[in-house]
Amino acid sequence: MQRAEMIKAKILELMQNKTVDRAIGWKRGEFFYDNSPAVFETPEELEDFVYDSFCGANLSKYLVKEAKKDGKVLVCIKPCDSYSLNQLLTEHRVDRSKIYVLGIGCDGMLDIELIRAKGIKGITAVKDDGETLTVDTVYGERTLPRSEAILGRCTVCKGGKHVIFDELVCADEEKEARGDRFEKVSELEAMTDDERFAFWRSELSKCIRCNACRNACPACTCEKCVFDNDASGYASKANSDTFEENMFHIIRAFHVAGRCTDCGECSRVCPEKIPLHLLNRKFIKDINELYGEYQAGETDNGRSPVTNFTKTDAEPSVIYERGGKN
Amino acid sequence: MQIEKKEFKPLIVAFCCNWCSYAGADLAGSGRMSYPAEVKIIRVPCSCRVNPAFILRAFQRGADGVILCGCHPGDCHYSTGNYYARRRMTLLFGMLDYLGIEKERTRVEWVSAAEGAKFASVMNDFVSKIVSLGENKRLEDLRCKEQK
Repeated sequence: MQRAEMIKAKILELMQNKTVDRAIGWKRGEFFYDNSPAVFETPEELEDFVYDSFCGANLSKYLVKEAKKDGKVLVCIKPCDSYSLNQLLTEHRVDRSKIYVLGIGCDGMLDIELIRAKGIKGITAVKDDGETLTVDTVYGERTLPRSEAILGRCTVCKGGKHVIFDELVCADEEKEARGDRFEKVSELEAMTDDERFAFWRSELSKCIRCNACRNACPACTCEKCVFDNDASGYASKANSDTFEENMFHIIRAFHVAGRCTDCGECSRVCPEKIPLHLLNRKFIKDINELYGEYQAGETDNGRSPVTNFTKTDAEPSVIYERGGKN
Repeated sequence: MQIEKKEFKPLIVAFCCNWCSYAGADLAGSGRMSYPAEVKIIRVPCSCRVNPAFILRAFQRGADGVILCGCHPGDCHYSTGNYYARRRMTLLFGMLDYLGIEKERTRVEWVSAAEGAKFASVMNDFVSKIVSLGENKRLEDLRCKEQK
């Protein structure tokens, strides 16, 4: 909580000395666990600013629209969000001179669904001391270790370093990266193709085509999207058959291949909890293995491996050897 | 009672670049080399014109196999187009395999304008592979299927 106060004070100071005109942060949603992105225009509005363990939303995409307006906009950026922002700057989607990047620290966000999955019902508040969570419910107090309720994407962390910032508040730049993000991808690759097909069928058939994964993705910034074209044959409001589910997800992942920073927003926002990041990570893994290690958004002038080539690249037939089992 | 047994005739879509592979197919024709009639050629200006969605669309409309033919790397009419196509298709095919779709259903071959014989042999080989795999079931769109 103290961290939120320090960030709020910093934003207030920058607003008052006219360094920035607006700020993008989070404010309380309907429930305590659905903090939503918000634009604060005046110091009074800033009273609603929150920053706690339920601020998962990556704010960098909001800059595409906000930075086109007059004045300078401040944005609160967590370490992993800074990669997304850098990628947007690389693609000239955001004007660097119109934004002020406030790098803030993050201990990994929490997932309310994981707390509920423990059988804890009627949750009214969650207190987080960094190690244990104290959950207030209408039936009394419950505790659980923080590590058991951490958001899926945060179990694998890129570390505490901000790759872009104007100023840091409460940031821990030294925090180390953790987790092997390709573990699940390798596990899937080791399956037979029947098993893989069954796995993806059971996951993708849950898709309701709400397009949240597209809308939340900081790499998906086309003003006109292929999926909005009714004539495309895969733009239905609801998936009418298996082809459409596969098609949508292959194309969505392909359009961000080489630009995806692996921020995990797609899986976080999915109302059906489809592990969409596994599709993106497959591309990242293939790119790393075939064309050399590449982390999108690490610098603000990187060249995506998909828009690049070398004369000695692997032939597509390499898939027959390195692909999964048959 | 007689059981009707139909022979499986696959539908193969071949994307051929205008400058090399399409001319290669022409040469195979004028050289009277035979390749299966199930192969439907779609001419594209360059192999890199082929958007991954084209390949998926072909499967949607009933193709059992899709093959992309272009100039040999280094010989692209537009200098570098096929290098980009090569990376894109490698990634796309890897993804199809990851989703459990048979990886032999898609292929990339480099066929120059002088390689009529290679074109015919590649197509023969690819069609026999698809025949052994059978009908495309994992990436079909039931709405696009003929009512039987």
